[in-house]
Amino acid sequence: MAHVLLRHRDIPDLHKFDVYKKNGGFSAFKNAVTKMKPNEVTDVVKNSGLRGRGGAGFPTGMKWSFIDNKNWPHYVVANADESEPGTFKDREIMESNPLQFLEGLAIASYAVGATAAYVYLRGEFWEVAAILDEKIAEMEKAGYLGDNLFGTDYSLKIFTHLGAGAYICGEETALLESLEGKRGQPRVRPPFPPSYGLYGKPTIINNVETFTNVPMILANGADWYKKMGTADSAGVKIFSLSGRVRRPGNYELPFGTTFRELIYGEKYGAGVQDSRTVKAIMPAGASSSLIVVNGDDKVLDTPMDYATVRTLGADLGSASVIVLDDTVDINWVINKTVHFFRHESCGKCTTCREGTHWMRNITDRIHGGSGTQGDVDLLLNVAKQMQGKCLCALGEFSTMAVTTGIERFPQDFTKAVKK
Amino acid sequence: MSLEKNYSKEIKQILAKYPSENKRSAVMPLLHLAQREEGYVNKAAMQEIAKMLDITETEVASIIGFYTLYHDKKAGKYRMQVCTDLPCALRGADEFMQKLCGNLGIKVGETTEDGLVTLEEVTCLAACDRAPMFQTQGPDGIKYHENMNVDKTMELIQTLKHARGEVK
Repeated sequence: MAHVLLRHRDIPDLHKFDVYKKNGGFSAFKNAVTKMKPNEVTDVVKNSGLRGRGGAGFPTGMKWSFIDNKNWPHYVVANADESEPGTFKDREIMESNPLQFLEGLAIASYAVGATAAYVYLRGEFWEVAAILDEKIAEMEKAGYLGDNLFGTDYSLKIFTHLGAGAYICGEETALLESLEGKRGQPRVRPPFPPSYGLYGKPTIINNVETFTNVPMILANGADWYKKMGTADSAGVKIFSLSGRVRRPGNYELPFGTTFRELIYGEKYGAGVQDSRTVKAIMPAGASSSLIVVNGDDKVLDTPMDYATVRTLGADLGSASVIVLDDTVDINWVINKTVHFFRHESCGKCTTCREGTHWMRNITDRIHGGSGTQGDVDLLLNVAKQMQGKCLCALGEFSTMAVTTGIERFPQDFTKAVKK
Repeated sequence: MSLEKNYSKEIKQILAKYPSENKRSAVMPLLHLAQREEGYVNKAAMQEIAKMLDITETEVASIIGFYTLYHDKKAGKYRMQVCTDLPCALRGADEFMQKLCGNLGIKVGETTEDGLVTLEEVTCLAACDRAPMFQTQGPDGIKYHENMNVDKTMELIQTLKHARGEVK
């Protein structure tokens, strides 16, 4: 099947302006601005069943329809802060198919009446930002960005903005704070960004991959898109596959593809390194609950969509599938994830700031060999106390691998502690 | 050194990205600019940025402190920032880091004797399929180095050393 998002893998040089244009590029945007009303664009996206690709899976068209039309100006912001351990899909899109992403961003801006859009990139994406700046300049020159587009009264400018190394800025309200020139700390919600966003104005924030779907949906129709994937999760998804597989990388597949196909398919993961067995899967990067596999066929044959993955006691999130084989010690895994979240906690809410600090101390004790069974119980207790009490998802996510790791792989902790 | 004097054109371009009543948004790109030459933001630049954006020096300092890519102290010319997060560690990043320390004769956080490289450990850089990997943060911005091993890294360091010689 031809790619919808990673189209550069089918069409050489798709990042080049002329090649992109020759392959239907910008026709969806032009058609939307010249022939469709903004709310008609939103309706198509709504009908396509597209859900946000940043991890939360919120229906995209519905989000756009929440924009407050009594308060102006409006903004659209692309979340290109891709920082979840295990996720590296937005980077490939922006490096190799940047114009499709920018066209999607432009279409979204038209749909909600925004005349300025920002791409917030993580600071490490220095070279990616340079690519986007070049592409934005090309679009301006060709009349796809700027004033009075296609002879209408619609005008749009797109700007890039580099962050400076902070995972929390992937949280949309922290991202807005950062874009406003402050420390990236989440806001108390409600109000949500569609009513109170950038500079206090109505703002739509979507992930890079979400935007990249939009030109194809507009060009081919909502029904075309809905035919791919499952009833719960329409369309295609880029799965970032990492860990102990033979061929790690990004693979675009329809929702509903099984874990087995992704991990063992010859064109995809091509199996586990050294022909070991899969012990556990983290489907949403470091924020995942651990799915117990231990070679169980039923688990490997589970279709990957938002609803079905939930039946395994985990969320699909951003589909950053980390494969752990039977040599991996789960006690070590949670030591790694807790260190990550301790480092990235923004410090605003007590639960997360203190919770990640103490979880780090306890897991270091256990992993360092001086822990007791009491420490394991305490770690689980701290993690559970944090749940439901954090200001944003970061704190909640920091506990997922800890609780599911201890509860689902107790033997890895029993053997690590002093008798 | 005055930012305004050295980078007037770039500063103008940066400020043009944001509504004039929200010029504070420019603090992050201005900080990236301020540390371009020396690898850290010095006190004078901090004061200048605060003045430019009508915010306090403390506010600027709090931004520098919050984000990991901003520095207020001098380090090696290049910061070599190795990702040792879970996905990279599953593909040998910890062993890579250990060997690299041995080869360079420094610990994580330290700088080589010639002042060329400071070795640092960082969290996920969105390159999990190409581990071991690191980025270099230096005068020419941030660059990714993927699918690395110690030999290739030592070669890169040699190249950086020579490049420096040519500049001087």
